[in-house]
Amino acid sequence: MGRQTPLFALHRELGARIVDFGGWDMPVQYSSQIGEHHAVRRAAGVFDVSHMCVVDLRGPRVRPFLQQLLANDVGRLRIPGKALYSCMLNERAGVIDDLIVYFLTEEWFRAVVNAGTRDKDLAWIRQHAAAFGVGVTERADLAMLAVQGPEARAKAAQLLSSADGPTAQALPAFVGAELGGWFVARTGYTGEDGFEIMMPAADAVPAWRALNALGVASCGLGARDTLRLEAGMNLYGNDMDESTHPYESGLGWTVALEPRVRQFVGRTALEAILAAGSRDKLVGLVLEDRGVLRSHQKVSTAAGEGEITSGTFSPTLERSIAFARLPEASGAQVQVDIRGKLLNARVVKPPFVRFGKSLLT
Amino acid sequence: MSNVPAELRYTRSHEWVRTLTDGTVEIGITDHAQHALGDLVFVEVPEAGRTVASGEACAVVESVKAASDVYAPFGGEVTAGNPKLADAPETVNSDPYGEGWLMRLKPAAGAIAAAGLLSAADYTKVQDAEGG
Repeated sequence: MGRQTPLFALHRELGARIVDFGGWDMPVQYSSQIGEHHAVRRAAGVFDVSHMCVVDLRGPRVRPFLQQLLANDVGRLRIPGKALYSCMLNERAGVIDDLIVYFLTEEWFRAVVNAGTRDKDLAWIRQHAAAFGVGVTERADLAMLAVQGPEARAKAAQLLSSADGPTAQALPAFVGAELGGWFVARTGYTGEDGFEIMMPAADAVPAWRALNALGVASCGLGARDTLRLEAGMNLYGNDMDESTHPYESGLGWTVALEPRVRQFVGRTALEAILAAGSRDKLVGLVLEDRGVLRSHQKVSTAAGEGEITSGTFSPTLERSIAFARLPEASGAQVQVDIRGKLLNARVVKPPFVRFGKSLLT
Repeated sequence: MSNVPAELRYTRSHEWVRTLTDGTVEIGITDHAQHALGDLVFVEVPEAGRTVASGEACAVVESVKAASDVYAPFGGEVTAGNPKLADAPETVNSDPYGEGWLMRLKPAAGAIAAAGLLSAADYTKVQDAEGG
């Protein structure tokens, strides 16, 4: 038996199928993975993401600490509550994890890291925090719900007080605020609008039931995976890990090389990679033949072989899509080996779907 | 509890077998199997004329999450793959013992008797032992 979130008993009561995910017993689906996917694209769904690790970082030198720790630059965060997506690299520029960090005050930032990398992340963060006198506190007392979909913000706001509801609805994208003892942020992992809400563990079950009563569908990690892939968002462990760097993982946009004086972990290795020239790239694939793209399938291109890192059937597009790591000079058409047959796929720039609409041309 | 029709025979790998009036057999996956796989999005069935050996992977059913092989319960010659499943793989979820059949086989001589197929009651015990 794995670790369980404060919502575990409720998931069982709701008929969820439970699977192991990074050492946690998590709901993969309730009734239909495709149905849950469509609920998020068309209305609203709620996910238990309490397995993710919330870490509070406190101290007068927390900003310079994070400017050294992360490949993206928290110097960009000036509005309290503003979030930043970043990779945390090792000295070789391999990705230790990807994370979200919120600027709360000049002495308090909050990071959310992946469940499966929790232990190594905390060890790495603590190792680097010591020199800056930054306190590192895991917030295992918090549950986290992701409420996602075109109706998500309006529904979730009804759980808040009459004063806090409109404040939550007025949050700009990628900004969070402390409202009535909850931290409500306009972030997500689905390509839809919505909130991620951190709350005391005891609040999670009543909040989930209240959302269900408002018509928000219970959604499992299966739908979360198809939604994030359609939305062009990477999954740690599939699309990047410590053996790959951001530039070959579709994450070059998260690396802040300016200002040049900022010496973050991995910078020297990244500069050497850029100076060396040609490297692999992470692209989107759309399967033109019948079948389903899956991770580790081999891809043949005009410039050599590549590999699928994440693949699935896209419920929105009703065809198979994937991310693949390919040689830089591979063209617009490739072939994927599925059980010994070479099937045709087209290279596209992710995302595939945004705000319920196909972005395929 | 999943549906296990009494008139069919079963394998431990969750296929069902129906003997048709002309002596050929129809093969599919059980209600238990389709439920465990979840929403099917792609089904690959064998072409007529292909000869398959007992235990050979001869069809593939793919859900959103994963691909699974379907095994020939005994050797024989494929007389048909279900043509409807290319456009409507979800038929296997909605009607696993009827319209969702996967393939029809002309069994090799003596192959069915040697296959050790399970009765509905014994297959139910297999499911129970798997916690399903």
